[in-house]
Amino acid sequence: MTRVHDMGGRFGDGPINPGAPDDPVFEQDWHARALAVTLAAGALGQWNLDMSRHARERLAPKDYAGFSYFEKWTAALANLLVETGVLSADDLRGQGDESRPALADRALKAENVAAAFATGGPTDRPFDGVPAFAPGQRVRTLRPAANRLVDGGHTRLPAYAAGAVGAVLRCHGAHVLPDAHAHGLGEAPEPLYTVVFPAGELWAAPENPRDEVTLDLWQSYLEPA
Amino acid sequence: MPHDHHDHDHDDPHALLPPDPALRVRALETLLARKGLIEPAALDEIIDTYQNRIGPRNGAQVVARAWADPEFRAALLQDATPVVADLGFFGRQGEHVIAVENTATQHNMVVCTLCSCYPWPLLGIPPAWYKSDAYRSRAVREPRKVLAEFGVTLPDETAVRVWDSTAEVRYLVIPRRPEGTEGMGVDDLARLVTRDSMVGTGLARSPGA
Repeated sequence: MTRVHDMGGRFGDGPINPGAPDDPVFEQDWHARALAVTLAAGALGQWNLDMSRHARERLAPKDYAGFSYFEKWTAALANLLVETGVLSADDLRGQGDESRPALADRALKAENVAAAFATGGPTDRPFDGVPAFAPGQRVRTLRPAANRLVDGGHTRLPAYAAGAVGAVLRCHGAHVLPDAHAHGLGEAPEPLYTVVFPAGELWAAPENPRDEVTLDLWQSYLEPA
Repeated sequence: MPHDHHDHDHDDPHALLPPDPALRVRALETLLARKGLIEPAALDEIIDTYQNRIGPRNGAQVVARAWADPEFRAALLQDATPVVADLGFFGRQGEHVIAVENTATQHNMVVCTLCSCYPWPLLGIPPAWYKSDAYRSRAVREPRKVLAEFGVTLPDETAVRVWDSTAEVRYLVIPRRPEGTEGMGVDDLARLVTRDSMVGTGLARSPGA
């Protein structure tokens, strides 16, 4: 039911290399270019943040596992550009034309970068209903962890937390639902909660019974427990 | 229920680009620039922003003020988004911010198991380790072993709470204020605040260290 990016709790990844505090922000020059091209192309407005996350997640597992971080960004960007018709497959083959499309009117200008990033993309939305859950209330997550609108679609409920019982820590008001938004099904805002789970609810051998994991979960991911 | 139609596309468009990563990026950049869809000067501006202007010094200012000013700390813990915005830290990947404070009984640590969510306006672009499979997979299941790899050992009495950033809420850890810092000013305190201490994989530096 899940995809290769959903790796929380997985065994076998080995030790972490903590690096050094003065490591460069971008290890390679092309990493910086990959970030900048992705953000500038995103500013054309042909997809949203949830669609771009899903584009990375649905890379073939062999690509997702084999690509470095910014290779995943670049591959997902190339796919999105073709899927949305911004570029053609012939363009990627180096056989396209070089005419200027009308969309170029929306290209991000250097003088607008600061303003565009300052605005960002807030995902909170007005909500006139009453949240179904209150802080302190016990809730259970859906099982399996899966998009309920599109089979194999984007969701933000990790598999490791499926079917787990936790307690609502706080409600953030209504936020855009990624499960809908990643698939062009509108924003479908619903209440978002931080839910805290005891480590023993999630893992067969928790390191310490006091430890906890929190997740930010939409109302439709939860039921009363 | 409809299926995710993209799964039927077996020929991923990205495979049409050159395999070398640097050449792939250059090919896309060149294609988009020739059609007027991206402006090279805008790319330079984006890179300069995240290479030189936005980074963990921003978050360190927030933490140092929280240590020095009890009213600021209370407001930050109550609702961080407007408080950090007042200091000029807002926007992309920092639209909704929550500050979580380490104490003798609770240590907080942040991860994004599904991708690489990180509070850009406060900490900049995430380091390689934060985006690594090893950190993403292990931080939730064995945070104490992960912390040991960063040189941090916590007593058993200190509970570890790991925040998996699964939505657009971004978390800033307020590390514990080191001993021997009484009377220090905000700028001196900020120099003790490391990037890793604000993700929860490190502790703030001691003044003598």
